[in-house]
Amino acid sequence: MSLMTFLLQNVLNALQWGSFYAIIALGYAMVYSILMLFNFAHGDIFMAGSYIGFGIATGLLYLVTSGIIAMPHWLILVLTIILSMFVTSFLGILVERIGYRPLRNAPRASAAITGLMIGIILETANLALLGAKRRGFPALITQKVYTIGGAFVTNRKILVVVVSIGLMLLLDQFVRKTKWGMAMRAMSYDFVVVPLMGVSIDIIAPLTFAIGSALAAAGGVLYGISYPVLNPYMGIIIGWKAFVAAILGGRGSIMGAALAGFLLGFIEIFVATVFPSTLRDLIAFSIVLVILTFRPYGFFGKPYSAKLRL
Amino acid sequence: MPLLQVKNMTHYFAGLRAVHNYNLTIEPGEVHGLIGPNGAGKTTIFNLITGVYRPTEGEITLEGKSLIGLFPHEIASMGLGRTFQNMKLWRHMTVLEHVKMAHYSELTYGLVGAFFGTAKRYKEEEEIEQHSYELLRLLGIENIADQNVLNLPYGVQRKVEMARALAIRPRILFLDEPTVGMTPEELKEMMDVFRKVHEEFGLAIFLIEHRMKVVMELCEQIQTLNFGEVIAEGTPEEIQNNPKVIEAYLGKEEVE
Repeated sequence: MSLMTFLLQNVLNALQWGSFYAIIALGYAMVYSILMLFNFAHGDIFMAGSYIGFGIATGLLYLVTSGIIAMPHWLILVLTIILSMFVTSFLGILVERIGYRPLRNAPRASAAITGLMIGIILETANLALLGAKRRGFPALITQKVYTIGGAFVTNRKILVVVVSIGLMLLLDQFVRKTKWGMAMRAMSYDFVVVPLMGVSIDIIAPLTFAIGSALAAAGGVLYGISYPVLNPYMGIIIGWKAFVAAILGGRGSIMGAALAGFLLGFIEIFVATVFPSTLRDLIAFSIVLVILTFRPYGFFGKPYSAKLRL
Repeated sequence: MPLLQVKNMTHYFAGLRAVHNYNLTIEPGEVHGLIGPNGAGKTTIFNLITGVYRPTEGEITLEGKSLIGLFPHEIASMGLGRTFQNMKLWRHMTVLEHVKMAHYSELTYGLVGAFFGTAKRYKEEEEIEQHSYELLRLLGIENIADQNVLNLPYGVQRKVEMARALAIRPRILFLDEPTVGMTPEELKEMMDVFRKVHEEFGLAIFLIEHRMKVVMELCEQIQTLNFGEVIAEGTPEEIQNNPKVIEAYLGKEEVE
């Protein structure tokens, strides 16, 4: 294998792996930019989204195989992604309503602990309801392997990258061009003037959670398609890593979080190709640590005191 | 009927009396000034009327309707605009976005429109963009509509804040120290802006200001506040020569 092919292969792998981090990191960054808190339950919302997608896909497949309705598999896939995003967004709204809204004026540490708690509740509730058995995500698309310049890429990988980047572009348009997006951005700077324009934090905060959770659900379904074994604790490590990506991108910077998610994917994949894979996280996160030493506010974070907000 | 009327307003912060028995009447189109030493309670009065705090006692009416217990955004939408001592602009957003954002409540398209770009959304966005440009033109800043507010000189930032406050189409505008920290040229321009919006929209203005030149030139009625109480009220001439005012500002020994 030539060097070019080797590089191309790893770039393709890293793009796919980074997509998961990026799409989850967006949720952390969006919530942080508005409420100045990290929603530590976000990794578990990703897990829940994956299970919800699993339920929807299994249900639709059952309907199709038992002949009640007829639809092609690609349509099941599209419906699974859209419906699980929709359902999971309500989980996000619920988390905001029950977990965070009562604590809006409480110290940030209380909210962080609440987030961790909600995460544990989601994990254990899943364990209690569905049992410890691992679930296999149904294969909605038959795997096809393509070769690009000697490198192998599957249709699933392409799907992951295309859907993630598509959703990110949609989010970018939403945040830059619509009244809701403008309200979100304005609210990330102050809580005094924005409400005077008739914008209520009680609308914008749940909306932010809903969008972040919907993205996590899309990530969860894509993850299930790529690595079809689900377990209740699957959101923990990937959630923490996406959180690191959100920090690396600059707290609250949405574009930064997405880019840092991809960067983290690249670092991990390339470390794993050079070193034994047991050293992957050790070396990858040492690199992140060094980056943060020199750029403590991340790539796009702006140093400013939280005092300026009120 | 007066545009804005405050009767016997008193407010306590946990036992500390911040405002005592405050009365105010502003007629449509009137420019009213509020002066007083630091800590006298001027901004507190603004916050009480605009709904940030709820007064312990007293009545506030805007065009005959009571404002007590309403939320700040409800009061704003009834026609009370406001600017802030420290401006509170949204860093990293453009001038045009600031003014457009102020039209938020006029935009009625929902999430479907936001995600899929319905005709209604484009029409509404078009309308508020036009109104935003009209305001920017009035203040002479339409050429910097796409600039980030962070990069603008102080005086221009003040104009952006003014445009944002005007975008909600207020009947009365509350200005909290709008000329603080300005150069003489910026000050002169700002006074022209005040006159312009006052005449163009028949806007009433309630002004907190430390620069006597501004207050004396613009205001028809002035109140002087000290320790939360009005110690003098009247036309600029009356205030200038009132011994109590001079005492509050300069101390007793200085009075000849």
